[in-house]
Amino acid sequence: MATKVHNSEGWLYDPILPDTDSWPIVKLSREREQFLKELVELSIQNIKESLGNNPANLKDELARTLYTEKIRLNQTPWKADRPDEKDFWSKVKKDMVRINAGHENPHAFGHEDLIERIVKRYAEEIAGVFDVKAYDFAKGFTTFMFARLLNASQGKGFSRFWDSRHNLHDKIHLVGEIDHIRELAKQGTLIVVPTHFSNLDSMLIGWAIQSIGLPPVLYGAGLNLFGIKIMAWFMNRLGAYKVDRRKKNLLYLETLKMYSELSLRKGCNGLFFPGGTRSRSGMLEKRVKLGLLGTALQAQRMNFIEDGDDAKKIFVVPVTINYNFVLEAQSLIDQHLKISGQEQYYVENDDFSTSSKMMRFIYKFFTASSEIAVRFGTPMDLFGNRLDELGNSYDPHGNQVDIKKYFYSNGEISKDLQRDAEYTRMLGEQIVKSYHREAVVFSSQIVAYAAFRIFKKRYNRMDLYGLMRLPSEELVIKPKQLMDTVDKLVTRLREMHANGEVHLEAEVIDGSLSTIVKKGIANLGIYHAKLPLMYNDQGDFESQDITILYFYHNRLEGYELHKVI
Amino acid sequence: MSSTRSSDTKAPVGVLGGGSFGSAIANLLAENQPVYLLTRSEEVAASINTTRNNRGRTMHANIIATTQVKDVADNCCLIYPIIPSAGFRETIKSLAPFLTPEHILIHGTKGVDVQLPPGVSLTADYKLNPKKVNTMTEVILQETIVRRVGCLAGPNLASEILDDQPAATVIASHFDEVIKIGQRTLRTPRFQVYSSNDLTGVEIAGVLKNVIAIAAGALNGLGYGENAKALLISRGLVEMIHIGKHLGGDVVAFLGLAGVGDLIATCSSPRSRNYTVGYRLAKGETLDAILADMEEVAEGINTLKISKSMANYLGYRAPLTETIYEVLFGGKTVEEGLEYLMKFPFYVDIDRSMFGAD
Repeated sequence: MATKVHNSEGWLYDPILPDTDSWPIVKLSREREQFLKELVELSIQNIKESLGNNPANLKDELARTLYTEKIRLNQTPWKADRPDEKDFWSKVKKDMVRINAGHENPHAFGHEDLIERIVKRYAEEIAGVFDVKAYDFAKGFTTFMFARLLNASQGKGFSRFWDSRHNLHDKIHLVGEIDHIRELAKQGTLIVVPTHFSNLDSMLIGWAIQSIGLPPVLYGAGLNLFGIKIMAWFMNRLGAYKVDRRKKNLLYLETLKMYSELSLRKGCNGLFFPGGTRSRSGMLEKRVKLGLLGTALQAQRMNFIEDGDDAKKIFVVPVTINYNFVLEAQSLIDQHLKISGQEQYYVENDDFSTSSKMMRFIYKFFTASSEIAVRFGTPMDLFGNRLDELGNSYDPHGNQVDIKKYFYSNGEISKDLQRDAEYTRMLGEQIVKSYHREAVVFSSQIVAYAAFRIFKKRYNRMDLYGLMRLPSEELVIKPKQLMDTVDKLVTRLREMHANGEVHLEAEVIDGSLSTIVKKGIANLGIYHAKLPLMYNDQGDFESQDITILYFYHNRLEGYELHKVI
Repeated sequence: MSSTRSSDTKAPVGVLGGGSFGSAIANLLAENQPVYLLTRSEEVAASINTTRNNRGRTMHANIIATTQVKDVADNCCLIYPIIPSAGFRETIKSLAPFLTPEHILIHGTKGVDVQLPPGVSLTADYKLNPKKVNTMTEVILQETIVRRVGCLAGPNLASEILDDQPAATVIASHFDEVIKIGQRTLRTPRFQVYSSNDLTGVEIAGVLKNVIAIAAGALNGLGYGENAKALLISRGLVEMIHIGKHLGGDVVAFLGLAGVGDLIATCSSPRSRNYTVGYRLAKGETLDAILADMEEVAEGINTLKISKSMANYLGYRAPLTETIYEVLFGGKTVEEGLEYLMKFPFYVDIDRSMFGAD
C-alpha cells in the first residue's frame, strides 16, 4: 500500500519508481535516434500497406500530401511552424516534378525516397524530448506557484503570498482508485484518458499524476500551444509530443499513430483527451475520438505477439476533472451555440493565446475558483473488463479472462484491422459510460441544472436560441421553486449515488437542502463578469447570463434527471 | 480445444436450442461441419443421437446433441444461440463461465430482454424506459466476455428451411470476421447468406415485425384480402421505425431483407407462429386457449407488451400496437379493433421527419 506523506504541500504519495533512470520515458528520450529510426521504418511500412502496396497509389498520395501541405502553408501558418517549412516543401515539389518527368519507374524508387523524407520530418516534429531536470523543476515550480497563489487568494491579496496555511490538497481533491492504479502502473502500461473542459486540464492532470506518485506520462499537445513561449519551454522538455490538427494527410496521421503505438509498446504511460478538444457545450463527452485510442489496441496486440503470456498489458484509466467554474465557459458556449456541434477547424481563441494571457488565466483560476475534484476512475483493460491489483482481467461473473484471445482467430493471434477498429469503438463507449459514473457532481451544477430547467419549462414554446435571448428581467426564480426542484434532483442523485451510477461532493451526499443551494450559488461560475445565477435585491434568484447557466447545466445532461423534475 | 479447431474449416459449430428454428439451423450447419446441439431435455438429446429424430423432425447425421453447455463451449468456437428471448439471459449466463474471448456468438432470437424490478410486470399503463430494453446482443455483451457477436435475421421460416426449400438469411455484425465465418459455416446450395453491418437495426427490425404479423393473421382470419394487408404492412412499417429508433435502430435497416422482407414473409405465412396467433384470435379463440396448445413461443406477444409500455413512456401514439394490445389483453374483439383503426385519423401517409435528424 502507498504511504502518504504529509509535507508542506499536502498529502502526497511516494513515487512508485523513485529511480528516474528506470522511467521508460527517460529511456525513450535517451535512445531518441534509434527510436526515430524505428518509427520512420514502421510508419512507412503501414503507409504502404494501407495503400495496398501499390506504387501508383503511393505516387497519388504523395501528390495529395504535397497539395494539402501547400494550402496549409499559405492559409494557416502558425508561430510554432518550423522556419524552413517553405523551403522543405518547395524542395519536395521540385524533386517530385523531376522524378515524374524523368521516367515512369515501375518500382517508384524516387517516390519512396520522397515518402521517407517527409515521414522523417514528421517524425522529428512529433517526437518530444524528456529532460529529468526540467521535470523536477516544473514539478517544484508548479506546486510552489499553485500553493502560493492559493494562499494569496484565501487571504487579502499578496500579503498572504508566503503563507502556507492553506494547502493545495484542500482545494484540489484527488480522489478515486488511486491505490489500485498505482499497483497497475507497476504491472503494465497506463493510458490516462481525462475529460476535457478547460485549458488548465493539461497542467492539472500532469500535477495530479505526479502527486499520486506515478512516473510522468507521454502526452500529445496541440502544435498551436507551442506558439506560447512558456508552454513551449515546458512542453519541449517534458516529453510532450506535438499534434498538428491542420495536417490530415495519410503520411502524417500514420506517423502520429505509430509514434503513439511505439511509445506504448516501449512501456511509456500515455495520456490523451479522447474528447479531442474541450467540451464546448459543457456536457460530458458523448463520443470520443478513436484514432489514438486505436493505437493502444495495436500496441497490445504487438505486445502479445512479441512476448506471449509475459506481455505487458495496457490499462485504461478514465479520469474526470470536475470544476465549479470554467474560465473559458463564455467563449466555449458561444462557439457551441454558433456552430451547433459541427466539427470544424478552429484556432485557439483569445483567452489563452499568449504567455501573459495564460499567466493571467492561472492567477484568476487560483484566486477565484473554489474546489476542483480530480477523480481517478475504475481502471479497465482495453476490452472494458474489470481488473485486479495485479492487472488480471475478469468477466462480470468473476472468472479470469485471457484477453490475448480477443486477437485470436483459429487458435492464434491474427492481424485484423477491422476487428481492432471495432474493439476500439467499443472501448470508446466504455470510456463514455465511465465518465458519467465517475463524474463528481457539485452543488453548483445541481443549482444550474435546476434553474435552467425551470426557465426551459416556463418558456416551453421557445427553442434554445429563443431562450438564450431572454433578458435578465425574465430570468427570475422564486426561492421556493428553486428549492423544490433542487430537492427532487438531490433525491434522485442520492439514489444514483447509492447504485454506483455517479459520485457526489460531500455536501450533496448528506448536506441539508439549504446548505446545498447556498454552496451551489456561492460557487457557480463565480468568476464570470455576469453571474449565471445569484440572489437579487428582492431575495429571489436571478440569472444575469443564461448562456453560461446553460453551459453549467449541460454538465448534468445524460442522467435523465429531467424526468424527476 | 484449439487443437481440434486449428485452421481447417471443419471445426465443429454449436447451436443452443433444439426448437424448430434451432433444428433448422443445426441441419443447415451440419451440411458443412459437425454440429453440437444443446437441448433442454435428456430425452430429446438421446432421441436425436440414437434415432436422428427430434419430435418429428429428422436431424442430420453430423449433429451431436447434448444437454451440457460446457460440451458446446469447449468444442465449438462459434456458437449460434437460438432460444426464446424469455430464457435467453439464463442460458447465456449458464454458458458464460465456459466462454473465452476467442468465442464468437451469432444469435437467432427475434425478441428483446427487459429486466424489471421484482414484483413489477408490464401492465397496460406501465411506462417502460427504452434504455431498460436490451437486444440479445446486449445481453451477450452484458453477461459474457465475448465481444464478437452477430445475429441471424431475415425471413427464415423454420418449417420451410426444414423442408429444404430455398431461403436466405442476413448475418449482421459489426465485425467483418463474424459475418465471414457465419457465411462460411451456413451457406449451402439452397441457403443464401447476406451480410449487414447494422447489427442493432437488423435485430430491432426482426423483433418488431412479429407484432405486425399477429395483426396480419387476424386480418386473414377475418377473410380480408390484399388491400387490407398492404394497408397493414405499410402502416406497420411506419410504427416499427418509430419505435425502433428509440431502441437504437436505423431507418435503413427496416428497408432490407431483415426489415420489410421479413415483415412480408411473416405477414403472409400461416407457418409463422405470430401470424397463427392472430388468425386463431380472429376465428374466435381466446388467447389462453391458443397459447395452451402452441408448442413454441410466439415472440410477438412479449414484444407487443414491451412496445406498448415503451410507447407509454415516450408519450407516443402507436395506434396499431395499441389496438393489437387491446385485442390480445383488453377484451376487444378483432372486429372492434379493426373498426377503431379505420376511424383513427392518420391522414398523413409518411411523416418525413422520420428520415431526418429527429
